[in-house]
Amino acid sequence: MQTRLNLDPVVVGMARTLAAKAGQPIVEMAKTHTTVSVERAVLRLAGLQGADPDGMPWVNRLTDAVRDATGLEHGVALPAWDALIAGGYDDLASLAEAAALGKVAFRIPAGPDAAAARAAASIALARGIGRIDANRHQRQRMIEQTSDPRKPWIYLIVATGDIYEDIPQAQAAAREGADIIAVIRSTGQSLLDYVPEGATREGFAGTYATQENFRLMRAALDETSRELGRYVRLTNYASGLCMPEIASLAGLERLDMMLNDCMYGIIFRDINPRRTFIDQRFSRQIHARAGIIINTGEDNYLTTADAVDAAHTVVVSQLMNEFFGKEAGLADGQLGLGHAFEINPAVPDSFLLELAHAQLVRELFPDAPLKYMPPTKHMTGNVFAGYLLDAFFNLCGVMTDQSILLIGMMTEGIHTPFLSDRDLALENVRYVREAAGRLGESFVPAPGGFIEQRAKHVLAESIGLLRRINDDGLLNAIADGTFGITKRPADGGRGLEGVISRADGYFNPASEILETGNGAERGDSAQVVPGSLEGAA
Amino acid sequence: MTGDIIRPYGDTTGDGRIQVSFTLPVPFGTATERARAEGAAMQLAAKMGLQPAMVVHAKGMGPDYTFFIVYGRVSHLVDLSEVTVTEREFPLLSSAEVNLRIRAGLGRKLVVVGACIGTDAHTVGIDAILNVKGHSGEKGLEYYREIRVVNLGSQVAVPDLVARAKAEDADAVLVSQVVTQRDAHISNASEMAAAFDAATSDFGARGRPLLVVGGPRFDPAMAAQLGVDKIFGKGTTPGEVASYLAYALAPEVPEEVEAGVPA
Repeated sequence: MQTRLNLDPVVVGMARTLAAKAGQPIVEMAKTHTTVSVERAVLRLAGLQGADPDGMPWVNRLTDAVRDATGLEHGVALPAWDALIAGGYDDLASLAEAAALGKVAFRIPAGPDAAAARAAASIALARGIGRIDANRHQRQRMIEQTSDPRKPWIYLIVATGDIYEDIPQAQAAAREGADIIAVIRSTGQSLLDYVPEGATREGFAGTYATQENFRLMRAALDETSRELGRYVRLTNYASGLCMPEIASLAGLERLDMMLNDCMYGIIFRDINPRRTFIDQRFSRQIHARAGIIINTGEDNYLTTADAVDAAHTVVVSQLMNEFFGKEAGLADGQLGLGHAFEINPAVPDSFLLELAHAQLVRELFPDAPLKYMPPTKHMTGNVFAGYLLDAFFNLCGVMTDQSILLIGMMTEGIHTPFLSDRDLALENVRYVREAAGRLGESFVPAPGGFIEQRAKHVLAESIGLLRRINDDGLLNAIADGTFGITKRPADGGRGLEGVISRADGYFNPASEILETGNGAERGDSAQVVPGSLEGAA
Repeated sequence: MTGDIIRPYGDTTGDGRIQVSFTLPVPFGTATERARAEGAAMQLAAKMGLQPAMVVHAKGMGPDYTFFIVYGRVSHLVDLSEVTVTEREFPLLSSAEVNLRIRAGLGRKLVVVGACIGTDAHTVGIDAILNVKGHSGEKGLEYYREIRVVNLGSQVAVPDLVARAKAEDADAVLVSQVVTQRDAHISNASEMAAAFDAATSDFGARGRPLLVVGGPRFDPAMAAQLGVDKIFGKGTTPGEVASYLAYALAPEVPEEVEAGVPA
């Protein structure tokens, strides 16, 4: 990629160093804590599925039972596999059922019993993570057998609430040109502290993320990928209170991309900051292993704040997401950093400002599959004007080499898209791609001109904000309302009761495999180490 | 009165011309299919009162659907004298207008305590109204600078809700109820209202907070019967709730301040 903005590499390096410095204490916190959802994810990866007659998953029942008996400071695995061996249960499901009836006496085993429990748990987790590895290979095989679409990938959303309605809609969208299908989740699933079970046919403005729904949709899109000779990727949401579990299910069912932001749940869903960061690290380790591209949610900042005034908060969040992502093992090619075309069209030079922001992000993250989001805030109900705005968004996307284009709907904010809205949206992007797809190679903003200056200004503001975050500490900055406009104290929000400090001897057989990269040929997972800030005046 | 009878305006007074677009579940592949699809669109246009009509665009979408754009002249007349406007008791305000009204009328932040009461664990309704995320393209009450939101979450006991409302000096209490088995939403709301009324003297000069309930099964006309101040039914957006709170709690301010605020 050619550089067009003449950014100073020293300034860019300084921004990364500041982000790493701000993030490092959070990583330390995540490494010394666990959460109920991380522990439940361990059980899911070991193959525990299903729910009790009330629909509460067995992973929740078993984790709760262990927590009541021994606490989770040592992790769920030691007491669970110890009880599994001691009680002679057939499998985790039988153990969970007995535990739910209060028939299991859990303990923290010691000596040879602990060694036996560790060994058995490690075998079970190696098998589960082996399945994730097999899925990664299967994705590669599918891409070789079909083809990998050229970028920008076209990203379309389906959301009927009924997985059996979603499937034909997703297949139709793929036939019409969508490269990525995202199944939007039911409103409020992020606040459930369990993952619903089975195929679901009812949701609030979206479809529940469940393992069975994942499996059904991936199978349907495999069929369509073969039919079209083009691999159609599937996206869902690893966010909210069950982030680690949903990430695990995505790996187990070969989803290709997952929304997974470092701060979205904190700011927009009032989920406890510590819970979020701990859950996030584990979920990203899974995503790294599964070859899943994460999508971050910086576009959301621009729906609450002004897209010009808050442009630098997007860059700061992207740098934080990059730091946390790489620390968890994600390669550059897995960092689908988000941003959006949300400047008020009434602002003079709004398109130039959009170009400056989009190009800045492109140059800061040259190897990341950037996800560019269409206008939503200034879609007024005038569908004709909205269609024009979406065309400008598409144009900005191709001019600045964005990797993933979420396709804008002219009926944004009016209703879930009609079939025809989607068809017109695809016609829009096809036209722009065919007509101007190569415009990027001729797009050279005037040196020192408006676009270059604006980009540099946003970068400078980003560095200013990163310095303030470093002065305060990231958790305090979040508590002070630095992101979005809401104040989210470190001990507030939902899910704090699910955060547990690790004891000496904490055992997580999944993390052990994920952190050593055992048995996987990992991508570029260069660790970002906070460097010296000397000279960063 | 002829001035009250009008038709749509295309480019000439009274020409009645309009444009519509729609999709029919018909294929648009072979010549026969295309002719049949256009005929189907013309039939729908005629039944909608478009006479004459012209299908200016037809496009197959996948094997089973066709999209049409149709122009035509509607035969219907509009009688302005029969237009009735139902006005809500409060004006719908933008977030900036809500903030301004609270600032001007209350002179401090408006405090809202929200909860799901009883056994109801379905926080989807209260979260859609309170969380920044909001719904239907509208941000939740947390987004409003002049509103301080305390979201207590699910399964909150009524006495706890009353105590917390007092501790937070709440101006309004928002309760959502999704579960409605055996009319639990009705009895829970009544119980809550009675508890607040019983505790009125504890709330000082301001009196008890404004009580607002919402949920898909509530009848908005039942507020008085339940003893609450306002009921919001299905499909309520955060903006409506914020506008109502500003209207009900922030005293009127002079017009020149209220008007002309950029969104």
